Amino acid sequence: MDAAWRNFKSGIWEKEIDVRDFIQRNYTPYYGDEQFLQEATQDTKDLWAQVMDLSKKEMEAGGVLDMDTKIISGITSHGPGYLDKSKEKIVGFQTDKPFKRALQPYGGIRMAEKACAENGYKVDPEISEFFTVHRKTHNAGVFDAYTPEMRACRSNHIITGLPDAYGRGRIIGDYRRVALYGVDALIADKEKQKATTRIIMYSDVIREREELSEQIRALQELKKLGEIYGYDISGPAKNVQEAIQWLYFGYLAAIKEQNGAAMSLGRTSTFLDIYAERDLKEGLFTETQIQEMVDHFIMKLRLVKFARTPEYNALFSGDPTWVTESIGGIGIDGRPLVTKMSFRYLHTLHNLGTAPEPNLTILWSTRLPEAFKRFCAKTSIESSSIQYENDDLMRVTHGDDYAIACCVSSMRIGKEMQFFGARANLAKCLLYAINGGVDEVSKKQVGPKFRPITSEYLDYDDVMEKYKDMMQWLARVYVNTLNIIHYMHDKYCYERLQMALHDKKVRRWFATGIAGLSVVADSLSAIKYAKVKTIRDENGIVVDYEVEGDFPRYGNDDDRVDQIARDIVHIFMNYVKGNHTYRGGIPTTSILTITSNVVYGKNTGSTPDGRKAGEPFAPGANPMHGRDKKGAVASLSSVSKLSFSDAQDGISNTFTVVPGALGKNDDIFDNLQ
Amino acid sequence: MPCNTKGRIHSIETFGTVDGPGIRFVVFTQGCPMRCLYCHNPDTWDKNAGTEMMPDEILSLYLKNKAFYRNGGLTVSGGEPLLQKDFLEDLFFLAKQHGIHTALDTSGILFQKDNKHVYDTLLNRTDLILLDIKHINDMAHQKLCGFSNESVLAFAKYLSDIKKDVWIRHVVVPGLTDNPSDLFALGQFVGTLKNVCALDVLPYHTMGAEKYKKIGICYPLEGIPALTADACQQAKKEIIRGIHAAHNSNSK
Repeated sequence: MDAAWRNFKSGIWEKEIDVRDFIQRNYTPYYGDEQFLQEATQDTKDLWAQVMDLSKKEMEAGGVLDMDTKIISGITSHGPGYLDKSKEKIVGFQTDKPFKRALQPYGGIRMAEKACAENGYKVDPEISEFFTVHRKTHNAGVFDAYTPEMRACRSNHIITGLPDAYGRGRIIGDYRRVALYGVDALIADKEKQKATTRIIMYSDVIREREELSEQIRALQELKKLGEIYGYDISGPAKNVQEAIQWLYFGYLAAIKEQNGAAMSLGRTSTFLDIYAERDLKEGLFTETQIQEMVDHFIMKLRLVKFARTPEYNALFSGDPTWVTESIGGIGIDGRPLVTKMSFRYLHTLHNLGTAPEPNLTILWSTRLPEAFKRFCAKTSIESSSIQYENDDLMRVTHGDDYAIACCVSSMRIGKEMQFFGARANLAKCLLYAINGGVDEVSKKQVGPKFRPITSEYLDYDDVMEKYKDMMQWLARVYVNTLNIIHYMHDKYCYERLQMALHDKKVRRWFATGIAGLSVVADSLSAIKYAKVKTIRDENGIVVDYEVEGDFPRYGNDDDRVDQIARDIVHIFMNYVKGNHTYRGGIPTTSILTITSNVVYGKNTGSTPDGRKAGEPFAPGANPMHGRDKKGAVASLSSVSKLSFSDAQDGISNTFTVVPGALGKNDDIFDNLQ
Repeated sequence: MPCNTKGRIHSIETFGTVDGPGIRFVVFTQGCPMRCLYCHNPDTWDKNAGTEMMPDEILSLYLKNKAFYRNGGLTVSGGEPLLQKDFLEDLFFLAKQHGIHTALDTSGILFQKDNKHVYDTLLNRTDLILLDIKHINDMAHQKLCGFSNESVLAFAKYLSDIKKDVWIRHVVVPGLTDNPSDLFALGQFVGTLKNVCALDVLPYHTMGAEKYKKIGICYPLEGIPALTADACQQAKKEIIRGIHAAHNSNSK
């Protein structure tokens, strides 16, 4: 056995690339509490103080401290960057210094230029010329192929947030492989894959061979990235520090190459705990040292930065990178996948203070160890920074080695990837159904000229029939738009390093998304259970609605309207499935606009539920703000009626509550005797 | 047994976390004889408002989401729930059939010393009483809510005699119910009870004022600030001091 693998239990993972097998054979579930955790070291505090200082300067500079305008970002494009080399236990930045944003033009040179310009920088003219004249970008490719109809849907915001001018993201490389096997073994494996492709050169075989070559090249560059920082990562990591460092190099290479909308990390804590447990037993490191490495690792993840436009940041209410890390969950053998490392990751919120990134996500199960549940709850209350997802639901489809990309997209690590697909605005689609394809804001004919509704009062059956036709049309345009996007992304902005950390045969989820679900549900409920009068402009276009009477509202556990919401998702998903998808992608949908619901609402006219033009939608699958009157359980219950099988890419519910409303402290029971 | 006494319901909160242990389904009944100055639910006073609901109707709403209430249960609050004793008996009968933990949040004002068994059937079906003692001093109690506290204290004693679990609640209002000697005296009284599982001291807040404005009545505590968390802790300490004093004098 390789010395790096000393004391690990043998298994298939030694013969082939199988990280899950390694984890299952070697990890130690932890049922205890947080008592073992250690405070931040002085070095950690010093480094974090430096980061806080730089953050302050970045804020004062208007959101960006420094930008590359000349060097095109790649895995080996920059020399090493440090905060303070003597103190950092885990090293590596995207450029040659922290807080300097890289230039990543392959997704689209225009977006790169704009991001620079709006932050007061200018991309080197030679680079602009190169990516305009000599080398095409993803963005240019997409617009070459778009139809006028697609462009109209885009500019009228019935399809929104498309990754056609920037990186699509949402792909998780299995960065753990770098640590477990070392890069040479991964290259050898890819060489083997390349040697065993089919030999008749159909275009897909050609593409596969070219992609495998690109992947191998990316892995070779990954090794060089290690060398830049003084590490030889050709072989497996020999201890926990190396394991974290190797893994991080894998991730760092990915974000140096790709400026994706969500660049998630995966599910790394329990994997790394195996090294930590061994090293602790061997006396190689102390708990304090291991926590320090974790703190420094998480610190790096907090400093992931991309060059983005202010508009982009407005859409997402911040400067998000979605470095999502999935923690916990239950294995299919029934053992919890909670380890001490799960605690250490969460403990960074204490040691470094609270932060939105990395997006620490608990894969929640009713069967998680009680002490871990309590620690999660406690950390949530203290930091407001933890995301929760239902492992009991997702494990059924994805097994026990999946992770979340972005906020809700689940995929098996290294075995599945996703084509990110933004969202279709179903609320606007309803208005198109009423107005015969005319956009209620721009007044342009965007959708097909179907018969509009001409009656003064809306009739439920009439509206539903027309709405279904319009949804079918929308699904067609939407899926085909995405087909173009992903074709071009693969062609001009291929994620070679991330895909090098996948198996040869990858399942591709073709993700779509829905915005405005609760608006649609309430609108249809109003039409069905109350009377909705149309108000038209001089050209007969309905621009507003008057609701007479009351109607059941989504969010009150009332089946009359909850069923409508469920049906709409089901119907739309079926229309999506009726289309050809690029590269055999399996269609899924998500209901998850977490912040962009504000912008979608802004671009959508008044709706039959009484929502006025421009008012925000509810986030994700949430009920509309203030319409859920019966408390959280009723509200959550409405949302939980949506079928996961129709929205496998995830259903999100944003839940805000003041700590006091979560119950009383146990001190009401104290001191009574 | 037919359980068909309708209840007059003000509203339902499906995620109650402060009215008993765990997550609770809280039914707020309509109607209250008291007019406590600090009442934050004046919209529950009117006996004729609200909507009528059948016990099984309420129970089916509960059962729909019972997974949420595994460690919680059903609480009836108000208004004053004991105004609708028959309805409560029916509702809790059904609840107990399903093994649901039942709690009753009451002021105890309707209790009659000379007719103390009138609630026995209901109490048999109730796991926990949340008893709000508004003031230990009778004069002050009358000033605060228009009634003597005699029946409240008698009810507390009765519950102690029949060993029914009780959480004692007390709202601390600056200038009205925060006098240390009163708090101490309250503790002394509570210390004589044998059934107290929890002491919930609640700081007065001003969030009720909005409701008064909405229904167009004058807010009696206008200008009184919310109680700070520190002051609330202080008040609680005083009550506990009283409880311990009572225990000590008892054991002597």
